[in-house]
Amino acid sequence: MIAATNAAEATDVVLAPTGSSLVMALVVGGLFAAGVHLVLQRALTRVLIGLAVLTHAGNLLLLVAGGLAGPPPFVGDDGAVPEGVADPLPQAMALTAIVISFAVSALLLGVAYRSYALNRDDVVQDDVEDARIARSGSGGVA
Amino acid sequence: MSGVLLDLARAVPAGVAVPLPVLLPLLGAAVLLLVPPGAVQRAVAVAVLVTSGADAVLLLARVDADGPVAVQAGDWPAPFGITLVADRLSALLLLVSVVVLLVVLVYAIGQGVEDGDRAAAHRVKRVFHPVYLVLAAGVAFSFLTGDLFNLFVAFEVMLTSSYVLITLQAGPEAVRSAMTYIVVSLVASALFVVAVGLVYAATGTVNMADLRGAVAELPDGVRLSLAVLLIVVFGIKAALFPLYFWLPDSYPVAPAPVTAVFAGLLTKVGVYAIIRTQLLLFPDDTDVTGPVLLVVAGATMLFGILGAIAQTEIKRILSFTIVSHIGYIVMGLGFFTVAGVTGAILYVVHHIVIQTTLFCVEGLVERRTGTSDLSRIGGLSHLSPGIAALFALPALSLAGVPPFSGFVAKLALLRAGADVGSWVVVGVAVLVSLLTLYAMATIWGRAFWGRPTAAVPDADAHDAVEVGVRTVPRAMVGATAAIVVVGLAIPALGGPLTGLSQRAASDLLSATPYLTAVLGG
Repeated sequence: MIAATNAAEATDVVLAPTGSSLVMALVVGGLFAAGVHLVLQRALTRVLIGLAVLTHAGNLLLLVAGGLAGPPPFVGDDGAVPEGVADPLPQAMALTAIVISFAVSALLLGVAYRSYALNRDDVVQDDVEDARIARSGSGGVA
Repeated sequence: MSGVLLDLARAVPAGVAVPLPVLLPLLGAAVLLLVPPGAVQRAVAVAVLVTSGADAVLLLARVDADGPVAVQAGDWPAPFGITLVADRLSALLLLVSVVVLLVVLVYAIGQGVEDGDRAAAHRVKRVFHPVYLVLAAGVAFSFLTGDLFNLFVAFEVMLTSSYVLITLQAGPEAVRSAMTYIVVSLVASALFVVAVGLVYAATGTVNMADLRGAVAELPDGVRLSLAVLLIVVFGIKAALFPLYFWLPDSYPVAPAPVTAVFAGLLTKVGVYAIIRTQLLLFPDDTDVTGPVLLVVAGATMLFGILGAIAQTEIKRILSFTIVSHIGYIVMGLGFFTVAGVTGAILYVVHHIVIQTTLFCVEGLVERRTGTSDLSRIGGLSHLSPGIAALFALPALSLAGVPPFSGFVAKLALLRAGADVGSWVVVGVAVLVSLLTLYAMATIWGRAFWGRPTAAVPDADAHDAVEVGVRTVPRAMVGATAAIVVVGLAIPALGGPLTGLSQRAASDLLSATPYLTAVLGG
């Protein structure tokens, strides 16, 4: 597809066909469903696992965006590229996204541990503002 | 003078000038991690930002004279490699951001966030400067990047350092609201990855200049859903209605300088991304996205300011005004005219400076009185006339009272709205200006007038921030005064700035200069 958008620049590389297998689509969808469900939980550890699942779903979708699997995109000794190679760009992007989500997850685990150490509880604390309004009994904000 | 500046700007190779505001702070951060905290760390951090600022001035001069400059990292040609582009909009915002970052850095040094002598502060002072520089790099990269995936990377660089900065104090309150902030940001980031994946699946490229042509060929439904998905992703980061709920909850708990720089820059980077992507990639969808953005803008303004009026704490009031005034910027974009986008750009510049100023002043108030709770402060104008003056000028400006910067920017927006006949949103904008004045007057009446109150004792003597002291450090006051002066300079330079914004807006709407710079003739 890169070759198609900029044929003048590149030697003609034939990429694997676009599209996705049904299995991959179902896996991405399932991961999203599970991730959203977990993020909406009250317990902090579940939220964290949910976020990890969500970001994995995103990364997998990025990978699927490159089209179907194919042989690795290496240039052979004779300078020829095999036909129907896998698109390398989404793989590079997915790798970057994985590294980023790894770093942020590590940080988040640190914050979650701090929260547990401070509260001795794994539950997301109430918003102070909500609590104040609830106490005052005036309602207003749901 | 300007001729000399331009010659100097042209003398700097583009390969140095464009990546410098991204690479130098990152390099500086790496060095600072090795240097023990103290005078050397402070000097290096300030020097890095001063250099970035000088580079931004040169870049703006050059881009305004010669048109957009694009740099291909590693000389990989445009749709494949990593592209950095400076056009008028990004150079202008880069300059304003670096100025704000520099002033807040001086303010933070004055406050001693990074330089307490207690054990609890040791952790803070070790990491504050490096992380702050990484934040600066992330903001600069967001403005300069030329492809969608690197915009994601830039956001992550910026946000990850913001997670560290917001949890610096690590007290119960900070951790609780930081958790909300981080989780919401991460969900937005996951959505961003999805958006990038879908854009790539549909077009086979993520380079924004290349996408312009590729997106135009997509079926209407696909194109529109990509446009809306990107609005949602950036809407969370920019705190648009109804996705702003995380902001007033998380910003107030951070130390004053951190809140000041977040308030000034982070949401505005989100707005910049909306402006850039909608104008560059989706010019064919404006008949749908325009009205949607105008409705969202009106709701953001109105709900934000109503939230501000309901609060009794200065930091929370100011946090809600951030939300409210993001609406003005989006309103300018929603018109999709040169006048509207000009107003939006002016408003971004004004709002970055003024909102940062207000949070800096809030830090001074908190330092002086020990609290930002309005019911426990009174008579500050008798106790500290200086702080009162520093608050009054940006507060009037935020409300849009002539002749301050808010008036210049709001007038441009209202005239743009009148030109296209969107009277409802113009009416909302005027109403919200009045309500902003009311919110500012509430702070003024309760904190600055009335009977002077005694300072509240420091609630948490063990954290790094000392509050309730009679004298406020000179560096804090000096930095705040400096940024108040920057705010006053905006209306003074109103003519040239409006001209620049107008040229930037017509560049954005025509997109040709940008495309030529990135993809070549």
